[in-house]
Amino acid sequence: MIEVKNISKSFDGKKVLDDINVTFAQGKTNLIIGASGSGKSVLTKCMVGLIEPDSGSVLFHDQNFTKMSVDERKDVRKEIGMLFQGGALFDSQTVEENIMFPLKMHGKMSVKEMTERVDFCLERVNLEGAHKKYPAEISGGMQKRVGIARAIALKPKYLFCDEPNSGLDPKTSILIDNLIKEITEEYQITTIVVTHDMNSVLQIGEKIMFIHQGRKHWEGDKNSIVKTTNQELSELVFASELMQKLRDA
Amino acid sequence: MLMQRVFQKPTKASLYRKQIVYEIDSLGLGSFGIITIISVFMGAVITLQTASNIDSALIPAYTVGFTTRQSVILEFSPTIIALILAGKVGSNIASEIGTMRVSEQIDALEIMGINSASYIIVPKIIAAVFINPFLVIWSMFIGVFGGYLVAMLSSVISTTDYVYGIQFEFDPFGVTYALIKTVVFAFIITSIPSYYGYYVKGGALEVGSASTKGVVSSSIVILITNYIITQLILI
Ligand SMILES: Nc1ncnc2c1ncn2[C@@H]1O[C@H](COP(=O)(O)OP(=O)(O)OP(=O)(O)O)[C@@H](O)[C@H]1O
Ligand SMILES: [Mg+2]
Repeated sequence: MIEVKNISKSFDGKKVLDDINVTFAQGKTNLIIGASGSGKSVLTKCMVGLIEPDSGSVLFHDQNFTKMSVDERKDVRKEIGMLFQGGALFDSQTVEENIMFPLKMHGKMSVKEMTERVDFCLERVNLEGAHKKYPAEISGGMQKRVGIARAIALKPKYLFCDEPNSGLDPKTSILIDNLIKEITEEYQITTIVVTHDMNSVLQIGEKIMFIHQGRKHWEGDKNSIVKTTNQELSELVFASELMQKLRDA
Repeated sequence: MLMQRVFQKPTKASLYRKQIVYEIDSLGLGSFGIITIISVFMGAVITLQTASNIDSALIPAYTVGFTTRQSVILEFSPTIIALILAGKVGSNIASEIGTMRVSEQIDALEIMGINSASYIIVPKIIAAVFINPFLVIWSMFIGVFGGYLVAMLSSVISTTDYVYGIQFEFDPFGVTYALIKTVVFAFIITSIPSYYGYYVKGGALEVGSASTKGVVSSSIVILITNYIITQLILI
């Protein structure tokens, strides 16, 4: 479980996050949704300390992450898997080396065990056989999937995915959504997914938080979201014709 | 600030070793060709210049070889090569680290609980401090050899005079002095561009300007340091 308490953050006097309070449940896929530029990525980065919030605190299983020393933070971070919006693969390393990297850094596995784990993770994201390719040689969607494989390599307790299926075709997109949901339940991970893809929202939205211009506007799940009366949220949810038809039906 | 983070305890020694070997290969051996070419021509030109400027019968002919050796060992090999490496290696380092910053690779390292500053920068510094003295010694030999080629191929000086000149009053301390400079310069060439790359904000454009700033600042720092070290050691 992760609790976010009164997080605020400004850049150059411009408020990007305004007093955010939210709790993310363990064993569930928690979604953060919102329009482009609403502060979703900044919020996730504040949660893991890549950006220092101006005020407020973040608690990982009741431990106050914000107040921790560098070494204590490191210990928490070893349990975090994170998929970045752009993939953030190490471009001097092959796909295989990328996924093996966290295993080498922190795991106590033999080379054989590590290779098996890499094979397993690549298989889960439907990328068998991409081992020896460099990030520059694979498509953006494939990079995203390698990013997910790397994020789950160490069996994290907390999983952050920033737009895991942007740039993926609908079929692979659903595959990734299902993968995230499956491993979340299987290993009882506290998973946080940033998205503005309504398919994903309806597919895996067990707990949804809506953020608009840096403020939390709404909270609910995939059943309540289609009945929302919140003005800004409806604009986001029913932006597409397909969703409007769905509502009217 | 950055240096403090850089020299905190390393995350895992075996991975550092692998990085150092990689950097020695890319930073050091990758510059081997350009250093060879530049050194042979500079040695040749110094010899030609000296020879053509001496036309007094009072100055012995071996002075040309002597001057070439002294210039190459004391200034040309350590300082000019350092400036050239500042351009080549420095821009390379700043843009590589800058790209890692803007594409969130540094964030990815931090999230894995790795001290990114140390993991990325330390192997580069160690590799350069280790390999640059070899490059400079190589450059010294090749520079002096460039002068020998002139003696051999042209009539400005005989090879016998040249060879006598390059051995005349040889003081090994000159080489020590050059290597001390080299080690200091190696540190400058790697650490300053690393700093500019590590703190890039923005995108590809900012990476480019960080790379330029890294090269310019490290070159200036090299020149100033060169003056200070020379003052301290030789005077
Ligand atoms: N390092 C930074 N410095 C200054 N401003 C920033 C920084 N990072 C983000 N911002 C600003 O904060 C706001 C929110 O950015 P953020 O990346 O969180 O949006 P987002 O909700 O993730 O959007 P998207 O869906 O497009 O990824 C934007 O207006 C952005 O310009
Ligand atoms: Mg974002």
